[in-house]
Amino acid sequence: MIKTRIIKREYDSLAIKTAVPLLAILLALLVGGLFLYFSGYNPGETFLRMYKGAFGSSYAISETIVKAIPLMLAGLAVSLAFRMKLWNIGAEGQIYMGAFAASGVALTLGDLSSWILLPLMFIAGFAGGAVWGYIPGALRGYWQVNETITSLMLNYVAIFWVNFLVFGPWKDPASKGFPLTPRFSLNGYLTTLGDSRVHMGLIIAFIIAIVFYLILKYSRWGYEIKVIGESQNAARYAGMNVARNIILVMLISGGIAGITGMIEVSGITHRLQQDISPGYGYTAIIVAWLARLNPFAIILVAFLFGALLVGGFGVQTFGIPYSIVLMLQGSVLFFLLAGEFLIKYKIVLSRKEAN
Amino acid sequence: MDINAVTGLLAAAVVAGTPLLLAALGELLAEKSGIINLGVEGMMLVGAVTGFIFTIMTGNHWYGFLAAMIGGSLLAAIHAFITITLKGNQVVSGLALTIFGTGISGFLGKAYQGLTTADPVHAYAIPYLSDINGLGSVLFNHDPLVYISFLLAIIFWLILYRTRWGLSIRAAGENPAAADAVGISVSKVRYFCTIVGGMMAGLGGAYLSLVYAPSWQENMTAGRGWIAVALVIFALWNPLRAVVGSYLFGGVEAMTFGLQIAGIKVSSFFLQMLPYLLTIIVLVIVTIKMRQEAGAPNALGFAYDREER
Repeated sequence: MIKTRIIKREYDSLAIKTAVPLLAILLALLVGGLFLYFSGYNPGETFLRMYKGAFGSSYAISETIVKAIPLMLAGLAVSLAFRMKLWNIGAEGQIYMGAFAASGVALTLGDLSSWILLPLMFIAGFAGGAVWGYIPGALRGYWQVNETITSLMLNYVAIFWVNFLVFGPWKDPASKGFPLTPRFSLNGYLTTLGDSRVHMGLIIAFIIAIVFYLILKYSRWGYEIKVIGESQNAARYAGMNVARNIILVMLISGGIAGITGMIEVSGITHRLQQDISPGYGYTAIIVAWLARLNPFAIILVAFLFGALLVGGFGVQTFGIPYSIVLMLQGSVLFFLLAGEFLIKYKIVLSRKEAN
Repeated sequence: MDINAVTGLLAAAVVAGTPLLLAALGELLAEKSGIINLGVEGMMLVGAVTGFIFTIMTGNHWYGFLAAMIGGSLLAAIHAFITITLKGNQVVSGLALTIFGTGISGFLGKAYQGLTTADPVHAYAIPYLSDINGLGSVLFNHDPLVYISFLLAIIFWLILYRTRWGLSIRAAGENPAAADAVGISVSKVRYFCTIVGGMMAGLGGAYLSLVYAPSWQENMTAGRGWIAVALVIFALWNPLRAVVGSYLFGGVEAMTFGLQIAGIKVSSFFLQMLPYLLTIIVLVIVTIKMRQEAGAPNALGFAYDREER
């Protein structure tokens, strides 16, 4: 008689660690394909159109990058918190608060030259998101209040706050009823690369990824993050200040999400408006997980997810609901979680005498 | 404000609170057994769309409600498999469920946007009780689901605190190793509670698409699933307090709606923030003041691994 037993792996297997995310993507495409098929669409054709929509022309590729930039930044933002096992799912709200603060600067100080205005917007964006990350961070650090719920609840508060502004006091009188602020002065526009819509945010994301990598790999602080993430008790025993680190990490995580908001208003919309983020803060969570929190992998995965968003948008013109994108995202995450099991455990077959 | 306006508002609060109550009771049960499911929003959306589609197909809203419960429980079963059998991360799995549920409901419901069902859900006044001055029209002149949700809250409370079954559920959430030692199958209990939780979320979603709206719109839950998750904390994991919390949050929604009709636009954004801010404040107070008595299951969010016992 053959008996299966599940035992914990002693060592991580690199082969399985790399195979799992790839397999998760493939299986998610399979599930999405089956759904399309049973709903009367041609899955092969749909995926081909999505691919063409995302990579088919230089314009398509530039749009994919444009959508990937906020995912890179927000993915990096949440990955830092996740490393300490802090569930910051408030990136969405932090993006809105960063966009709000940066827009405030751009709308009031628009006469300043770009060299002063853009850094000010950058700092404001960071600060706006940082405050929104600090609140759940401090509540968790000082009083052990569950940061999942608080960071999530603050998303709604931030979105309603921005809606209040764009429907109310900040609304452009010339917008004919649309919920938009006036356009920023040209000094508040982020430089684009060539004549595409791709903006400096891409470079900012690269820089942050490199800085993250260096800090996590070589600095003492990076070491503390790693130890606290693995065991808070061990960290305390080693004399590390866990509460201070929790607050600091949530603050920086929120700040980088805030920068995401800043680059969206400064690089793309050039004004504050409703729905400034179509859920980047949530997609970023998937991006960070799929990348196993590795900063460079986050850049790569964000690019793929940018392609998924743009491709999904493209097939809408052929009558395929955009919701397919969310289904694919959700299923990737399911398969990834299931795959984690294979990373942590192995299934052993052993022969057992029947008795 | 005259008395009729007040009772009208309170009755609206009960109706607005009902989908929250149904979903919150389900989440409460799952959490009591030790499984946190952040996929309530997704399960509600799937319930809303399947309920709506089946009501249109069969012409009978009871089949719709049944389909919604099945839809919600199927999604919950994915979460149960990943978090219980595969010991996956409960937070991430719940988020995946919300994202997936939002997607699949939008996909399935595409063709049903803007339709109305042929079988509206009517109010049934309860004889004698509905004649009580004031209270009667607030509580006892509603559709059947409102009454079902009251009853379910009481039944959930009785099961959890007055039966052996409830003891097993609480044991699985408080101390799974001890539960296992006395012969309770922690996995079975958790599967059961998570799946029933999905049924309740599905029912709550169908309440929106069949009674409250009644129509299907993409993303029509608009964050109510997350409020339901928050309500469980607000209620300190007690089904009876969940009733009070749901109607309180429903009241805020009813008031927001009322103000919008009255044309007061700006303040409505701040009113809409209230449930979320209230949740944060309650969570902080609960965590600081009454860690032990609060009722948060000790093993909430942790997979049970026999070998690590």
